[in-house]
Amino acid sequence: MFDPDKWQEIFSTIRKNKLRTFLTGFSVAWGIFMLIILLGSGRGLENGIKEQFKDDATNSIWINQGTTSMAYKGLKPGRNIRFTNDDHFSLKNMPNVEHAAGRFSIWENTTISYKNQYATYDIIATHPDYAFLEKLQVNKGRFINDLDIKEFRKSVALGEVVERELFKGEPAVDKYIMVAGIPFKVVGVFTDPGGDRDLNRVYIPISTAQRVFNRGNRVNQLSVTVSDVTAEESNQMVESIRRDISKRHTIHPDDKRALFIWNTLEQYKKFLSLFASIRIFIWIIGIGTLIAGIVGVSNIMIVVVKERTREIGIRKALGATPGSVIGLILQESVLITAFAGYFGLIAGVGLLEIISPYFSDSENFFRSPGVDLRVALTATGILVLAGTMAGFIPARKASAIRPIEALRNE
Amino acid sequence: MIYLDNIHKSYVMGTNALHVLKGINLEVAEGELVAIMGSSGSGKSTLLNIIGMLDTYDEGTYRLDGRLIRNMSEKKVARFRNSHIGFVFQSFNLISFKNAMENVALPLYYRNISRKKRNHVAMELLEKMGLEEWAEHMPNELSGGQQQRIAIARALVSKPRVILADEPTGALDSQTSYEVMDLFKEINQSGITVLIVTHENDIAHMTDRIIRLHDGNIVADEMNSVRKHEPVLQPSIP
Repeated sequence: MFDPDKWQEIFSTIRKNKLRTFLTGFSVAWGIFMLIILLGSGRGLENGIKEQFKDDATNSIWINQGTTSMAYKGLKPGRNIRFTNDDHFSLKNMPNVEHAAGRFSIWENTTISYKNQYATYDIIATHPDYAFLEKLQVNKGRFINDLDIKEFRKSVALGEVVERELFKGEPAVDKYIMVAGIPFKVVGVFTDPGGDRDLNRVYIPISTAQRVFNRGNRVNQLSVTVSDVTAEESNQMVESIRRDISKRHTIHPDDKRALFIWNTLEQYKKFLSLFASIRIFIWIIGIGTLIAGIVGVSNIMIVVVKERTREIGIRKALGATPGSVIGLILQESVLITAFAGYFGLIAGVGLLEIISPYFSDSENFFRSPGVDLRVALTATGILVLAGTMAGFIPARKASAIRPIEALRNE
Repeated sequence: MIYLDNIHKSYVMGTNALHVLKGINLEVAEGELVAIMGSSGSGKSTLLNIIGMLDTYDEGTYRLDGRLIRNMSEKKVARFRNSHIGFVFQSFNLISFKNAMENVALPLYYRNISRKKRNHVAMELLEKMGLEEWAEHMPNELSGGQQQRIAIARALVSKPRVILADEPTGALDSQTSYEVMDLFKEINQSGITVLIVTHENDIAHMTDRIIRLHDGNIVADEMNSVRKHEPVLQPSIP
């Protein structure tokens, strides 16, 4: 196999047929190039979607209010469900719940001002646990805490963008700002992996907000994170949350319109399995393209064998064994596919490397395409296998050449 | 050296079989220079192919150098052919993308001799035959006579016991043909058995023994008393 003389033989024949060798190799290079590009794009799509999930905790469950669609216990359908502090309290004490938060937005007056800087931002009233649900990172000071809730403090946590725009570099913590005309004390500044939209935001304690903005004990949206559970277990969690809230609000257990529950973990796992399918799909297409290349190589090698019938006949007459003839053709085929395939591999990876920086912002569903070493190695293995397969039939044909027929004078 | 007993060979072509050799009995001793003559279709090439182990026979016994040639694996046949037989063809059959020296060295490649050594051996042989100046030339840069001499060198390089030549002068003019025949005679004088298939009478008459084939049978087997053309060169092949 690694007999240098044999390689010499092969190189000398390849050198004599540069164009043919190039065309043969091109089909394989193209096949592997497409496979790499497809795999890389698949990876890019996967990264993009995963990036979308980065906003929020992947083990979170979000519960929104709906309207009943079924009559139950004497109550008519069409009733709006309104969450209260009791719902939050109940969820908070459910088993497997790590963090629970309720929230609502202040929409009456969203003006926030500091000295003579005025701007409007999203004002969200929530519980301290919300920091975990949004995966907030506190840079300065702290987030709102339980004491804020308990004592109805007028505390506010600012998004980075809000801090930058209102304070212009001045330290913000412990300063007072006007939120909807009411002074609140800045307790901290946070950043959010969700990006600018989530940073144009301030958070205030929900208890304070209920009191100041006349919401009674109402909460608009509830959310919890669950401890490390499987998708199946988290679905069971969803069901027990549904049962719990339904009981308190007298909702028919089968009413699907009274509560809208979004289970991130389940969605996340669904996406993961979707990507597994996409990857399989990509491999199938990629391998298909590659097979087209292999058939091309095989075809050309058959032509090569036909062209070289006389030469192979001479070699046999001079004492070439069938094995050495098979080796000659097979190795040429493997050499061409491996070499060309390697070019395709390099080209594919190179292209991905070049385009990757242009797809690295988080607003895109396509992000940081690329292939890892394992895939590249697999592809290389496939190439050698492909070369062997491509050369197999032609090599058999070559070894079956009978010298007398090959050498018959035309 | 060569012993054929009642050799039969048929080719099946569609539904009818073509009986090419109909019981050939032939014995060639070591060191003979033999011509096989016959019109086309007489079976002379088939006979040469069987002797050269390029083709199988249907019936009879064939011994080469005392060894029965029958039901051998292709690999064994290839090795035996490499060590015992050198071929010379009408159309030279040099490999077009190899230069003269590489062509001569090729049989040694199949003996797993290193590139350096086999090129050295090939070069020595070419020097002996006065062809060294053509060593680096490609076949298409050589005349027919030169090509055939290179081909003969290739047949000799593995030091075979038998040289089989299939119409070696068929593509050459008469002057060159004679030179090539001189070369064969020299080779023969060094002790190598030489079989030449030809349909040219004057070529056949330069050998020691003429076997005539007709319709798959040997019709004449005579010793040639008068050699028409004596060698002009002194033997230089060991």
